[in-house]
Amino acid sequence: MLRLEKRPQPSRAWAWATPVLAVVLTMIAGGLLFAALGKDPVEAIRTIFWDPLFGQYASYSRPQLLVKAGPLILIAIGLSLGFRAGIWNIGAEGQYIVGALCAAAVGLAFYPSEARWVIFPLMIVAGALGGLLWAMIPGLLKVRFGTNEILVSLMLVYVAENVQSWMALGPLRNPEGMGFPGSRNLAQYPAAANPELIAGTGMHWGVVAALLAVIAAYVLLSRHLLGFHIRLTGESPRAAAFSGVNPGALILICMGASGALAGLAGMFEITGPSGRVSIDFNVGYGFTAIIVAFLGRLHPVGILLAGLLLALTYIGGEVASLTLRLPVAAIQLFQGMLLFFLLAVDVLTNYRVRRAREGTA
Amino acid sequence: MFGSIDPLLLLASLMVAATPIVFAAIGELVVERAGVLNLGVEGMMITGAVCGFIVAVQTGSPLLGFAGAAVGGAALSLLFAALTQYLLSNQVATGLALTLFGLGLASLLGQGWVGIRAPSVPDLPLGPLRDIPVLGPVLFRHDPMVYLGLLVCLGVWWFLNRTRGGLILRAVGDNHDAAHALGYRVVRVRVLAILFGGAMAGLGGAYLSLVRVPTWTDGITAGAGWIALAIVVFASWRPGRLVIGAYLFGGVAQLQLNLQAAGVRVPVEILSMSPYIATILVLVLLSAGRAPGCLGRSFHAAR
Repeated sequence: MLRLEKRPQPSRAWAWATPVLAVVLTMIAGGLLFAALGKDPVEAIRTIFWDPLFGQYASYSRPQLLVKAGPLILIAIGLSLGFRAGIWNIGAEGQYIVGALCAAAVGLAFYPSEARWVIFPLMIVAGALGGLLWAMIPGLLKVRFGTNEILVSLMLVYVAENVQSWMALGPLRNPEGMGFPGSRNLAQYPAAANPELIAGTGMHWGVVAALLAVIAAYVLLSRHLLGFHIRLTGESPRAAAFSGVNPGALILICMGASGALAGLAGMFEITGPSGRVSIDFNVGYGFTAIIVAFLGRLHPVGILLAGLLLALTYIGGEVASLTLRLPVAAIQLFQGMLLFFLLAVDVLTNYRVRRAREGTA
Repeated sequence: MFGSIDPLLLLASLMVAATPIVFAAIGELVVERAGVLNLGVEGMMITGAVCGFIVAVQTGSPLLGFAGAAVGGAALSLLFAALTQYLLSNQVATGLALTLFGLGLASLLGQGWVGIRAPSVPDLPLGPLRDIPVLGPVLFRHDPMVYLGLLVCLGVWWFLNRTRGGLILRAVGDNHDAAHALGYRVVRVRVLAILFGGAMAGLGGAYLSLVRVPTWTDGITAGAGWIALAIVVFASWRPGRLVIGAYLFGGVAQLQLNLQAAGVRVPVEILSMSPYIATILVLVLLSAGRAPGCLGRSFHAAR
C-alpha cells in the first residue's frame, strides 16, 4: 500500500514540475478522448498545440495568441490575489461584462466626437470602475453580512448576462442598425477603438495592460506589505489576525482589484477584438481565467505562461473544429481536464508518497 | 394585467419548478453535513441531464432515463471524491473544475441530441385525490418525481436525526479528527456522501431535461446547481428548511415566467434575472445557520 506523508514545506521543485506534468497528462487523456471521438489523436494534438504557431496558416493564427491571452492573463492576475488569501471571486465573467458595458456606454455617449485623448482614457476608467463596483457587491455583502462570496459573485454573472442582453437590445442598440440587436461597432469608431498596436502581432492595449498587471502583481506579492498580508491570510488566517491584518479591508481590496482587472479586460475586448455590445460577446474568459490562475500556481509569471497556453488551446480548438470537425465543446472539456490533472498531481507538492511497511497501520 | 395569471396554476407549477432544486440541494446537504463542500453541483446536474435524456430517448423509458442520470451524476462525483478524499486537493478548486468539466462533457455528449423531444413522464395516478377541489390540481396532479423529491428530503431528515448512520455522518462533518479517533472511517463516509450528492444532482438535472423543458439544449441548467448550493446555506443545513427554500425559489422562477407571458411592461431581462437576485437577497437576509465544523477541510490521518 502507498501512503502519503505531509511535507514540512511544499516542495519547490514539484511546484514548478506539476503544471508541466498536468499538461502532459492532459495531452495523453485528451488524445484518448479524441480517439474515442474517432479522430487521429496525434493529428488532433498537433492541430491544437503546434499548427496555430508553426503550421501552414500560422501567420493568421499567431497574432490571435496575444489577443486571447491578454484578457485571460489580466483577469487571472486579479483572481490570483484573492485566491491566495482564500477569497473566492468566481464571478469574473460578470465583472468582465459589466466593465465592457460601462466602457461601451461612455464611449457611445460621446459618439461621434473625435477627442480620443479624452474618450479612450475615460472608457478605461469606466471599464475598471464598472468591474470594481460589480465585484464590490459580493465583497461588501461578505464583509457586512458574512454572505458567501462564491455564490453571490456567481449569481451576479447571470444577472450581468441579462443586463447585457437588455443593453444590446435596448439602450445601447445601434440607432442605425436597422433594428438588429447590438451596438455600434466601437472598433470602427476611431476615438474609442483599441487597435492592433504593431501590425501582425495581435498586440493591443489590453495586452499591454496584462503585462503591466503581471509586473505589478509580482512586485506587490514579493516586495510589498499588502502582498505579504495577502499571502499570510491565505496560509494562516489566525496568524494574520494577530499581526494586525484587517480581514474586511483585505476582502474588499482583493475583490475590488480582481473586479477592476476583469472590467478592464472587458473594456479592451469590447473596443477591439469583439467591437460591439451584442447579446453574447462574452466567450467565457472569466471562467477560463480560473483555470489560468491555478495552472499558473497563483504566481504572476506562472499565470503569464498559463495564459498563453490556454489561449493556444482556444485557437487550436477553433482550428481543429474547422479542419478536423472536432466539436467546440471538446476543447472546453479539455480545459476542465487540465485543471483536474493539475489538482490531482498537486498532491506531490504537499505530500511525499511512501510505501507503507507491513504491520504499521 | 395580472388577471391572466391563474393562482392555482401558479402554485401547481411552482412544485414542478422547485423539484430540480430540491433534488440537487438535498444531495448537497448530505455532502456538506459530512464536511465536504462540493461546488460541482452545476456540472453534475448538467451531466445528469444529458445522460438521463440520452438514456430515456434511446430506451423510450423515462424511468431508465432517471436511473441513467443518477449513475451519470454519481460517476462524475466519483472524480471529485477521488481528488479531494484520496489526493487531498482543495475542495473549492476541485468543485469549480468539476463544474467546468461537466459543462464541457455534457455539451459534447449532447451533440446530435438537440431538438428531440423526451418521452413524456405520466402523472402519478393518485385516483380520487386528483379531484379534490383546489388541493387536487395544486398538489396531486404531478409526475412521480415531484413526490420522490419530497420523500427523499423526508428520508434524509430521518436518516440524519434518527439513525446511527446519520449520527456518524454528522460527527464526521463536525469534527473529523474526533470521528477518526473514535474509529469511524472518515474518508469512506465522505465518499459515500459525495456519491449520494452526485446521484441526486443527476436526478435534478434529468428532471430539467425530461420533464421541465423537456428537451436537450446546451446550458440547460442555467445556474440551477449554484442556486441549489445557495438553498443549502439558506436552509442552515436542515432538510425541512431546504424544502421551503426550494419552493420559495420555484415560486419566484414561475411567477417571473408567468409575468413574461402576461406581457408586463418591464423588460424581459429584468424578470429573467429576478430568481438570481432573489437568491442573493435570501442569502443575505435569511441565512443564520451554523455550518458543519469541518466544512471544506481536507482530512489526512497523520500517523
